[in-house]
Amino acid sequence: MSGKRTMTRRQMLARGALGAVGVAATAKAVGAAEKLAELEPSHDPNTASTVGVVTNASVDPMTFLEEFDFGRVSTLPSGQTLRTFELHAVDREIEIAPGVFFPAWTYNGQVPGPTLRATEGDLLRMNFHNRSSHPHTIHFHGIHPANMDGVFEVVEPGETFVYEFVAKPFGLHLYHCHTVPIRKHISKGLYGTFIIDPKGGRPPAREMVMVANGFDTNFDGDNEVYAVNTVAFAYQKNPIVVRKGELQRIYLVNALEFDPINSLHLHGELFHVYRTGTSLEPSDYTDTIMMCQGERHILEFTFDEPGRFMFHAHQSEFTELGWMGVFNVVDVVA
Amino acid sequence: MSDSKAALVGWGLLPIVLLTVVAVAVTNTGLLELLRPAPPVEEIAFERVSLAPGEITIQVANGGPDPVTIAQVTVDNAFWNFSIVPAATIPRLGRATITIPYPWVEEEAYEIALLSSTGVTFSHEIPVAMVTPPIGLGFFGIFAVIGVLVGVIPVALGLLWLPFLRRLERRWIHFALALTAGLLVFLGVDAAEETLEAASQVGGAYQGTLVALMGVVGTMLFLKVLTRRRLHKEGAEGRMGVAFLVAIGIGFHNLGEGLAIGAVYALGNASLGASLIVGFMLHNTTEGLAIVSPIAKDSPTLRTLMTLGLVAGVPTIAGAWLGGMAYSPLWATLFLSIGVGAIIQVVAALYKMVARQSPETVWTPLTAGGLMAGLVVMYTTGLFVAL
Repeated sequence: MSGKRTMTRRQMLARGALGAVGVAATAKAVGAAEKLAELEPSHDPNTASTVGVVTNASVDPMTFLEEFDFGRVSTLPSGQTLRTFELHAVDREIEIAPGVFFPAWTYNGQVPGPTLRATEGDLLRMNFHNRSSHPHTIHFHGIHPANMDGVFEVVEPGETFVYEFVAKPFGLHLYHCHTVPIRKHISKGLYGTFIIDPKGGRPPAREMVMVANGFDTNFDGDNEVYAVNTVAFAYQKNPIVVRKGELQRIYLVNALEFDPINSLHLHGELFHVYRTGTSLEPSDYTDTIMMCQGERHILEFTFDEPGRFMFHAHQSEFTELGWMGVFNVVDVVA
Repeated sequence: MSDSKAALVGWGLLPIVLLTVVAVAVTNTGLLELLRPAPPVEEIAFERVSLAPGEITIQVANGGPDPVTIAQVTVDNAFWNFSIVPAATIPRLGRATITIPYPWVEEEAYEIALLSSTGVTFSHEIPVAMVTPPIGLGFFGIFAVIGVLVGVIPVALGLLWLPFLRRLERRWIHFALALTAGLLVFLGVDAAEETLEAASQVGGAYQGTLVALMGVVGTMLFLKVLTRRRLHKEGAEGRMGVAFLVAIGIGFHNLGEGLAIGAVYALGNASLGASLIVGFMLHNTTEGLAIVSPIAKDSPTLRTLMTLGLVAGVPTIAGAWLGGMAYSPLWATLFLSIGVGAIIQVVAALYKMVARQSPETVWTPLTAGGLMAGLVVMYTTGLFVAL
């Protein structure tokens, strides 16, 4: 959001004349120093937000947070688990902030796309149908054959492509369209989370998926709206209720375009970081984590104190443009 | 006779009737939907931005072809609480007032952006934030003082060059008249530039450039017709006519200048820099010289001189009031273009006056030098205010 402004000679003249107006007016309106407080009222944290409610988002942020698509599960003669997923590319207008609509390109009509989840070693079969008006692909992060990489095999509108590969390595991955121009195809909404669980699983926890994203609503190469899970300030207006003492696990994926770096900062606690989720040993213990485009981390933490704790990007600009939420920590009901 | 008259009226109305039929057909058959480009064209103009302690108020107008819905508001890249009346959806040629509770800090800069339902952004910068005095006695008083300072006093001071001019030879009077023309040409070009800039900010539906054209041509024709008898009279009466024409032209110019002062204020751009007023006064004193040059050899009464001065100077006050209360790029375009038209007419009258007094040739080293000197004087005094 940058603006060009020039000042003409007449404006300079006018401004000069206005100096006197300004001085006189300010003196009159503000007067004594005790009135200065009126100029700077205490900042209510609830005022930096959108006005109204979102009713036509492609996802309900509360549902999406804990929703996983495990695919259609069957067992092959070899004993290997086969998971079949259905993915459709669909053009759809979505509401990203109250009253603000974005002409998105989606997987399965939602942004972010469904959170795909498998276990290491499963055979994955992704049936991809392009029902959109543009060519698309699905490029999965992870290990797979070159012809399953979703780059050179462009799927034209009306066509179908089947991606088939073995799920590896365990970790937190993502998938996104890789059709050129890539920046356009990703920023329009074609991305989602791809979780491969280790064979032995992870410790029991309350699990959440957060895809940090943004929307360039006026197509100027800059995001106007930021969020996790698409809807600006969704978890600020509806805080996520968590139980005191319960292990929380966030699958955090950065799908932001245009801005090279995104981040998450948690209030009132620190979290263990499992970078890309590819190790069962945490690599860091911190309260602020930075992510480049496409980078992702599993975060684990437990709240010891009840109350409202904010989480947001530590780029304050992103925070105040929508990437902000609140955990409401409650005591476990006995 | 009456039969042929009815036929005349009938033939005159036929194309209009047919056009109406076609227009109704086009609007009622859905043809327009086919012809219309898919995404709506959205245009929003900021007409007035005022600041009160803890609150920013914006008046916007929809100058585009389609309705615009203001969905969200950001201040300095942060979504902010706001209310909008009468409705978030602003119809074509409609207006709305947006109120934002905001803890703004005096003398700092702010950027306000409106995000429409389709994701289009409209932004406006407040370069230096300070409290906007509400429209009332104080408002009128402050702008009256400003108008007197930058409009009336400089012009009146310039009129005092009359005794000096009176003692000059005719060829030096012509130098002064050419100087006057130079000053006016400078102001005219400056105003023309401003007019086009204001016109470019006018919403498309209002056709700013064509409003400017009507303002320029309309004013030229109006003054031409108004003065058609007086200017052709020989002697003192004709010269007094030219002096009044110059005063009227400068008056229109000063109206535009006042409007700009009020407008900058209306858009929340009021800033410190009171010393520039001195430069502004210096700049405008030359306008008084321009008015008395045509009547240098005559003996105008004090009353006449005062009238001339008020005609030229007082519109600054009116312009400032108007600009501060109800600024819009459309009004600015109209008033500025009126000033341009007036100046063109005045320069033409000055040329004719010199031509009548020196039948051989208008352009002598003194008149040519005078014109250039006029331009240079304006440029130089302009440097003082363009700091």
